[in-house]
Amino acid sequence: MPGADKETELSERIEAFLSELKRCGSGAGSLRGSAETARETTSLLRRITAQARWSNAGDLMEIIRKEGRRMTAGQPSETTVGNMVRRVLKIIREEYARSRGSTEEADQQESLHKLLTSGGSSEDNFRQHFTHLKANVIEAINELLTELEGTTDNISMQALEHIHSNEVIMTIGRSRTVEAFLKDAARKRKFHVIVAECAPFCQGHEMATSLSKEDIETTVIPDAAIFAVMSRVNKVIIGTQTVLANGGLRAVNGTHTLALAAKHHSTPLIVCAPMFKLSPQVSDTPFTRFSEILSKVNAHCPVFDYVPPELITLFISNIGGNAPSYIYRLMSELYHPEDHEL
Amino acid sequence: NITDSDPDGRLTVTDKDVKLQEIALAKNEGKELTKEEKQRLRKEKKQHKKNKKDDKGPPEKEKEKEKASVPAPSKPATQSPAHKAPAPVHASESAAAAEKPAKSKAELRAERRARQDSERTSKQGKKEGGQQSASSKPKATPNELQPVVKRLPEHVQVDDPAALKKLAKKLERQQVPLRSDYGYKVSLFSHLHQYSRKSPPTLQISIPATVIHPSIVRLGLQYSQGIIAGSNARSVALLHTFKQVIQDYSTPPNEELSRDLVNKLSPYISFLSQCRPLSASMGNAIKYIKKEISNIPSQCKEEEAKGKLQACIDSYINEKIILASEAISKYAIEKISDGDVILVYGCSSLVNHILCKAFEKQRKFRVIVVDSRPRLEGREALRRLVKKGIRCTYVLISALSYILPEVSKVFLGAHALLANGYVMSRVGTSQIALVAKAYNVPVLVCCETYKFCERVQTDSFVSNELDDPDDLIVTRNGKSHLENWQTVKSLGLLNLVYDVTPPDFVDLVITDLGMIPCTSVPVVLRVKNVDQ
Repeated sequence: MPGADKETELSERIEAFLSELKRCGSGAGSLRGSAETARETTSLLRRITAQARWSNAGDLMEIIRKEGRRMTAGQPSETTVGNMVRRVLKIIREEYARSRGSTEEADQQESLHKLLTSGGSSEDNFRQHFTHLKANVIEAINELLTELEGTTDNISMQALEHIHSNEVIMTIGRSRTVEAFLKDAARKRKFHVIVAECAPFCQGHEMATSLSKEDIETTVIPDAAIFAVMSRVNKVIIGTQTVLANGGLRAVNGTHTLALAAKHHSTPLIVCAPMFKLSPQVSDTPFTRFSEILSKVNAHCPVFDYVPPELITLFISNIGGNAPSYIYRLMSELYHPEDHEL
Repeated sequence: NITDSDPDGRLTVTDKDVKLQEIALAKNEGKELTKEEKQRLRKEKKQHKKNKKDDKGPPEKEKEKEKASVPAPSKPATQSPAHKAPAPVHASESAAAAEKPAKSKAELRAERRARQDSERTSKQGKKEGGQQSASSKPKATPNELQPVVKRLPEHVQVDDPAALKKLAKKLERQQVPLRSDYGYKVSLFSHLHQYSRKSPPTLQISIPATVIHPSIVRLGLQYSQGIIAGSNARSVALLHTFKQVIQDYSTPPNEELSRDLVNKLSPYISFLSQCRPLSASMGNAIKYIKKEISNIPSQCKEEEAKGKLQACIDSYINEKIILASEAISKYAIEKISDGDVILVYGCSSLVNHILCKAFEKQRKFRVIVVDSRPRLEGREALRRLVKKGIRCTYVLISALSYILPEVSKVFLGAHALLANGYVMSRVGTSQIALVAKAYNVPVLVCCETYKFCERVQTDSFVSNELDDPDDLIVTRNGKSHLENWQTVKSLGLLNLVYDVTPPDFVDLVITDLGMIPCTSVPVVLRVKNVDQ
């Protein structure tokens, strides 16, 4: 039966994606950027929408939620997967609401008003069947995919608004977003970049070689020298792994030290993060790897740092620049509150 | 002393050539030039310069090195009066000009010698002007009663070609090899040297080196390769080597030990500072030795003098380093309570000593060792502490924010304490103090008083040390991204050695004189100088 073939093919693809995620997490496979993960997750969700068996929106949401839970469990630190799942769920809700005829405005009211007025939920359990729902949802997901493809370019386009000539910019580790950002600015302006190498993986070295190939004056410094050179730095521009709901960051380890040093010298800290990195989580449990070297010694190697929102000056995303205090509003536009827990 | 035989100093051409050839030969063989040869060389150069000046005729402002009491009227006929601008008598000004005053050299030297003798006798027990011993020439300006403005040390003037030329001349005179810089220097640090470990200065010395004592050569090599590292270790090694030098020293005829030995030590010190810039503790030790040597009375017999000097050095090491660390441990152990989690950074001999002593006194604590690339000195500290049986955890400095919530105290060592209260220490220390402050964890700095320094500094740029930039290259799984960094034009690697911590990050400084706040350093310095 063609349906069964499609289903097995689909589950194979999901399995392949999951194992890919797990492998990347353990460091064995090639490290891929968050943008690629987001794109692959979204195309996989589109495929699920197209090929899985469902008759109404509620079923589809169940399927996607289930697959989403599996995917996030495979790699808890890669939050982009969960974010994309939540985006797609929101898309489904919107399309359903539009098909039903209720206006979108009603759903996007002020959250406070919604609390007061909504006694029972206005949406029932999404059991109504619409023939064009599938097509609409797939079209919306395609729009999401185009948006994802353009994020890095959108961010880089804003580079010249934030970098003036003869600046000294500091960054840490390797972020493809920041790399594109700086390269775009370097086409028109001359400035100097200091890269902290971010031991023990030293991704800063790759960043420095890549930047210097574009004729940008780059200097590599060890992590210990961050505070020593900070007094001569004009701006700190970093990327991040996740943007949390309170405006804080989960970023590569060493970022908190960098942020504190920047705060001490009153240097602005700019975070370049596309919208798909926004995550509804708030609390943070550090993700660490333990290893025993000598029998009497514990060694810790945390992978991520938590940076509180007070240390951040500006977020640059594909929809423009925002202060950290505005992040919670963007969150409510992207995700539905019921989807925060998958 | 040997006076000039010929005031006009014009040798015939053939004599000059022969003499210069002989001198060049002697230099190449590494033999020490005799006094006559050195003088002839000097005279030749001076004559050459004088001739050039007469031809060019630029008005040069000459700074006299004498005090106001020197009679200035007798000017020799060789110098046309137009060339001599009114020389301001700034005896206390530093940055000596190139030209010596054009009086008869014998007269000048005799005058100066007489004045120095009288000053020395009157200055017993008075405060000496603090001059950087490492950079002072053998014919130094006479010490002033009021503190002199210190001459800027050579090792922070690398971007000044005049200063570099002066250094090259001085090293050539002392027959010490000049080390050349390596690699692309980051523009913010173009005023500092950057050497490569792969080209030690001993490559240019002939073996056996007769000008520089062999134990000094060995010490210099150990410094430049990083075999001896750490402020205390370097000072102790230096003092032991000087003991050896004094042992092997024999006064030449017609010379006084007190003057000649100091002159002998100067090229050694230049050589050591070429291998690796001197630390503040080494500078203080050298100052002490030079003072002790020049205080040897002239009637003292050589053996007796040597014995006295060796005893002085031994007592210095004993008092300032060994006993000081015992005193500091005693104070510091009061600050360690049971159940503490103590954070240390890198490998400080003093902090390791304190922790071992506290462990022996049955205090219950555990230690977190923070380490940083590229030196990774924390591994050495870890080894020592684990050998003692202390429970340790090891992290890299980027994990600091992760580990600090567990920490109850931070103990840091220091390379030097500056007069404005800043702590100069291994790079990364200021970062640790900053993050500890943000988490409200007390920061205690442990430092002996002999490391206190009269310099002031507010940032880590103006005076620092640049280590070999190739150390930053790391190879992982057989590939390294920075392998060919020299070929990429706009890529620079920065390997700083020291940084300064502002005093508001430090809660307490534990010294052998007691527990003081960071801002009390100039008080201690003043007390020390009054004592001496």
